[in-house]
Amino acid sequence: MKEYYHSVTLRKDKCRGCTNCIKRCPTEAIRVRDGKARIIAERCIDCGECIRVCPYHAKVAVTDSLSSIEKFRYRIALPAPTLYGQFKNVDDIKVILAGLKKLGFDYVYEVARGADYVTAFVREALKDPNRKRPLISSACPAIVRLIQVRFPELIDNIVDVDSPMEIAAQLARTEFCEKHGVKPQEVGVFFITPCAAKMTSIRNPVGRKESSVDGAISIQEIYGPLYNQMNNLKEEDVVQMASPFGVGWANSGGACLSLGIDSYLAVDGIQNVIRVLEEIEDEKLTDLEYFEGLACPGGCVGGPLTVENGFVAKNRIRKLSEKAKGNPVSEKELQEVAQKIQWRLDEKIPPKPVMKLDDDIVEAMRKMEMIEEIYNSLPGLDCGSCGSPSCRTLAEDIVRGFASELDCVFKLREKVKQLAQEMIELSEKIPGGKKENERQE
Amino acid sequence: MGGNNRSIEQVFYIKAGDFASAGEASSQIKKTLKQLGVDSGVVRRATIAAYEAEMNLIIHSIGGELKLKVTPETIIITAEDKGPGIPDIDLAMQEGYSTAPEIARELGFGAGMGLPNIKRNADRLNIQSKVGEGTLVEIYFDIKAR
Repeated sequence: MKEYYHSVTLRKDKCRGCTNCIKRCPTEAIRVRDGKARIIAERCIDCGECIRVCPYHAKVAVTDSLSSIEKFRYRIALPAPTLYGQFKNVDDIKVILAGLKKLGFDYVYEVARGADYVTAFVREALKDPNRKRPLISSACPAIVRLIQVRFPELIDNIVDVDSPMEIAAQLARTEFCEKHGVKPQEVGVFFITPCAAKMTSIRNPVGRKESSVDGAISIQEIYGPLYNQMNNLKEEDVVQMASPFGVGWANSGGACLSLGIDSYLAVDGIQNVIRVLEEIEDEKLTDLEYFEGLACPGGCVGGPLTVENGFVAKNRIRKLSEKAKGNPVSEKELQEVAQKIQWRLDEKIPPKPVMKLDDDIVEAMRKMEMIEEIYNSLPGLDCGSCGSPSCRTLAEDIVRGFASELDCVFKLREKVKQLAQEMIELSEKIPGGKKENERQE
Repeated sequence: MGGNNRSIEQVFYIKAGDFASAGEASSQIKKTLKQLGVDSGVVRRATIAAYEAEMNLIIHSIGGELKLKVTPETIIITAEDKGPGIPDIDLAMQEGYSTAPEIARELGFGAGMGLPNIKRNADRLNIQSKVGEGTLVEIYFDIKAR
């Protein structure tokens, strides 16, 4: 059960069985069966692409409600830097942080500060010449899962530094508990998320045993209440700690920029990331030191759970980051942090080669032959009317036993035509004509 | 059922100078090998070799065939063309040696790493060539038992 927890789910009542999501899913994880979409759990990487493209809002991300923070005596908010770009006329990040405190959080810790530490750890990792190049950022959970599913050969390239969210969560909890003398389990740490995959990585982390985060509240959910709080603010004791670079992580390329290295590549949009990962896998980008792949267009600012247009938000982040007051992480500070928390991804990231046809290669070959044969008999239009994203996937689904050839509307039409023809022929063979025949049978 | 005699074969026709389609055959080969559940390291090596062989057909030959054959034990990638043939195979195997025409070099190819790269990634390699008749490159990969 735990294995396949997903934040992205279907609201069946809203689904009309159209082909938008099946066509856009990067891991071919959605099918329409009996007029409704179905997500194949072991293939879904929670990238949220289907949430973005569904015209009927039938795809949703399950996140925690704002009221769920009440389960804890003390509450900490971890705002993703993307949150900063959602509001008009905000020229100081402090206003947003103070607004969060007014909403009922006892402490606010910027994930952007966590990003500052991640930058420092990754910079250390890049000094090690024995590591595989390019190092691949672990920050986008959808990309980490994409690599598990489609590029298992690149798992060892993923840098073993945990995400800004996990690092921020641990530091926030430790600092809060030390300062106020409370027990860690009394404190609820909540990530304010633009992203469905982050929710999944809290419930079902990759590369670590357990998440340090207790829940995730979507930016969409918190936007209204937070906006109201920001309108009637008095002085709050908040400190804005993240550096301009940390804040810039919300935008694609932000992580690379903060590393201060020359040979990096930042790519956003999951289909674009796939194209580049193919090239990395084929060793065509050998001079690359670091790769940052983000599933959403523009980076986290383009997340499916945001309110503001990603491009507008991106520009605001750019401006706000210039005013961010935090300092870069010093070497001494980094050593202290390294002692205090578990910053390394210490669990092996397992491959999930769900695209393979069978564990046994002989059986896989047999299936491939059958797929080829069926595929050649299909029209090759990739219309999606059968509920599979393409003719080839329909052929695969038939061989895997999840679909039949008559799911293809063209095949069905052929069959109907053929049956009609047979019926005419049969009726002509019956002595005495049709009427008599109808009475007999 | 068929057991060890089973094999998968795919043939791709490669046109000389067709840089627009470059890499399509090798990426299809990669997809096939992944679907068959071949070890990801072997897939990677086979794809790199297939890509180099495909590029060689585009750059150097007058066109030919790239063939994938998979048996439960072995992957064989074959590149076969009808000319012009390699005059000195030993020389062609040297890193940095290239006879790529200007048009290929302008596109960033022709660094003289094609055949050496194939050799580096292959488990076994067989090259036969006759000037005026053509070239046959057979690249073998062992599929390790998991």
